[in-house]
Amino acid sequence: MTTTSPTGSAAPSARTVARRRRAAARQRGWREFRRHRSGLVGAAVLLLFVLLALLAPVVADADGLSVTRATGGVLEPPSASYPLGTDDNGRSVLTLLIWGSRISLLVGVLATVISMVIGTVVGLLSGYFGGWPGAVLFRLTEWFLVIPFLPLAIVLATVMGRSLLNIAIVIGVTSWPGTALLIRSQTLSVKERAYLERSRVLGAGHGHLLRRHVLPNVMPLVFANTTLTVAVAILSETTLSFLGLGDPTRVSWGSMLQDAFRAGAITTGSWWFIVPPGICVVLVVLSFTLVGQALEAVLDPRLRERR
Amino acid sequence: MTLVAGADLVQEGAAPRRPRGGGFGRYALGKVLGSLGSLVFLLVVNFFLFRVLPGDPARTLGRGRFTTEEQLEAFNRNYGLDQPLGEQFLTYLRNTLSGDLGVSLRYRVPVSDLIVDRLGPTLLLVGTSTLLAALIGIWLGIRGAWRRGGAFDRFSTSASLTLYSMPEWWLGLLLIAVLAVGIGPLPGLFPTGGLHSVDADPWSVAGVLDTARHLALPVLTLTLAYLADYALVMRSSLLDEMGEDYLTTARAKGLRDVAVRNRHAVPNALLPTTTVVALNFGFVVAGAITVETVFSIPGLGLLATEALSVPDYWVLQGTFLVASAAVILANLAANLVYGLLDPRVRA
Repeated sequence: MTTTSPTGSAAPSARTVARRRRAAARQRGWREFRRHRSGLVGAAVLLLFVLLALLAPVVADADGLSVTRATGGVLEPPSASYPLGTDDNGRSVLTLLIWGSRISLLVGVLATVISMVIGTVVGLLSGYFGGWPGAVLFRLTEWFLVIPFLPLAIVLATVMGRSLLNIAIVIGVTSWPGTALLIRSQTLSVKERAYLERSRVLGAGHGHLLRRHVLPNVMPLVFANTTLTVAVAILSETTLSFLGLGDPTRVSWGSMLQDAFRAGAITTGSWWFIVPPGICVVLVVLSFTLVGQALEAVLDPRLRERR
Repeated sequence: MTLVAGADLVQEGAAPRRPRGGGFGRYALGKVLGSLGSLVFLLVVNFFLFRVLPGDPARTLGRGRFTTEEQLEAFNRNYGLDQPLGEQFLTYLRNTLSGDLGVSLRYRVPVSDLIVDRLGPTLLLVGTSTLLAALIGIWLGIRGAWRRGGAFDRFSTSASLTLYSMPEWWLGLLLIAVLAVGIGPLPGLFPTGGLHSVDADPWSVAGVLDTARHLALPVLTLTLAYLADYALVMRSSLLDEMGEDYLTTARAKGLRDVAVRNRHAVPNALLPTTTVVALNFGFVVAGAITVETVFSIPGLGLLATEALSVPDYWVLQGTFLVASAAVILANLAANLVYGLLDPRVRA
């Protein structure tokens, strides 16, 4: 934070100063984040699920996903060999659950990346450029915002066909307007600050201003919003898969619930096939939401009071 | 346009009392034009979604349906798909605006007839649940915010967050399992699905009670799913108001706590909640689609998910159009009400 380096010899370069300042800001942020217990709990739960998804091949044999090589009976209740019982094809529900976490998380993250890229670019440009280009982008955002998500996603998924990438694209393409509006309003306020004017006077072009000055200031907001968007994306994946619009060759929590519903697990009282996938969805979505809220509070001091 | 004229009357009537707060006519006109723009955009999106995006429409629309070239050609001719795109668009506009949404591939009846038939149950389900959710959610939000950090607040906030993170149809499945099928010694109390029993006459007293019994669980599901948002938004907007000076003034005047809350803080905090309600109609539609599917209620949502498995494209397109138009109009209505309630947004 001082301009002299620890050794006291030559003055550090601008880059070193900037790096040090950023490291200090990160540390401050982390200290602030640690004060939000719910955010910490959420982060811990997420870490667990990510580990589980990564280690799926180690902890659960992929053979357990095959319908033809299933070893158990139909809808067997939990036992020593099948801790969470079996599904309507005789597969272990626990194995499906562990492998399903991979697809659910992957689709959620992929969709979020698509949504954030579209939302950030549209928001930045519509906020930064006044006049008609900005106005057109803003209108477009507003129009997309009012078209209800699920009917649009159903139509898109039907037209595009069912695959892992397509479902991520469908969710990403339908969920960006909220982000775009948020980024736009932040850009509008950043744009008016004095250092941007100084930079402009020194001859900086639009590209430089956007990349070096506006984007870095908007980025923290993008991160907080990303965590909240992942939550929504995972919920959407679950719902679309439940309606039969997911990748038919892969198991996700949503497709498990679709199987359970179609196989009549409710009327037969096979709770072990319905309850665990739903609980996983709730845990992951809730954790992302809690982490997102904590991040928002860290980044926006006005919110700290509230929780 | 009648809407705008009516709004102008309101403004003139109110003008003497609120000299600065005028301009409702302009505000309303802007909102109406904005919604018209959205509707036009929707018409265009709807057209291109099915015709341009995937390349050859006939192959997408009839994936796996055609075995010979002749069948393909007949299909193209039937649906006017052999015409140039511009002409197709004009035909589509003319048809859609006159209420012709095509013929269902599955039922062989006009899609518009299907939609009109299915509208009632959806409106009943969604209307009841939204009303209940708004009342309960707002009440929860007020109670939580007024005693922030108390046991009630902590409980209602975590319950709201959990409900918010839950797929509403999964909650419905759980409720069916526990309350309709029954668990262990608990007998099934409610029907597992449908709108009414096969033999019931829906217009008799017994029939109405029967329908109510059938709708109890789906309404409960949707109410729980919707209310989380109301509770969270009401809570945070009331918290925003609570730091304001006018509340200190009200207390200094010697008003009791309840009066300060109900007469001063709550009316102001309700305003932002209206906006959230407006932004939430899309979410309401999504809930209706999945919950109708789970409870087999013959509404628009079930119509759409049933069309998925065929796939019955014209039905999907029609329900998409109607649902989106409904959301746009509901949004407009909420915006107009907001403009009436809060002169500040008219600027």
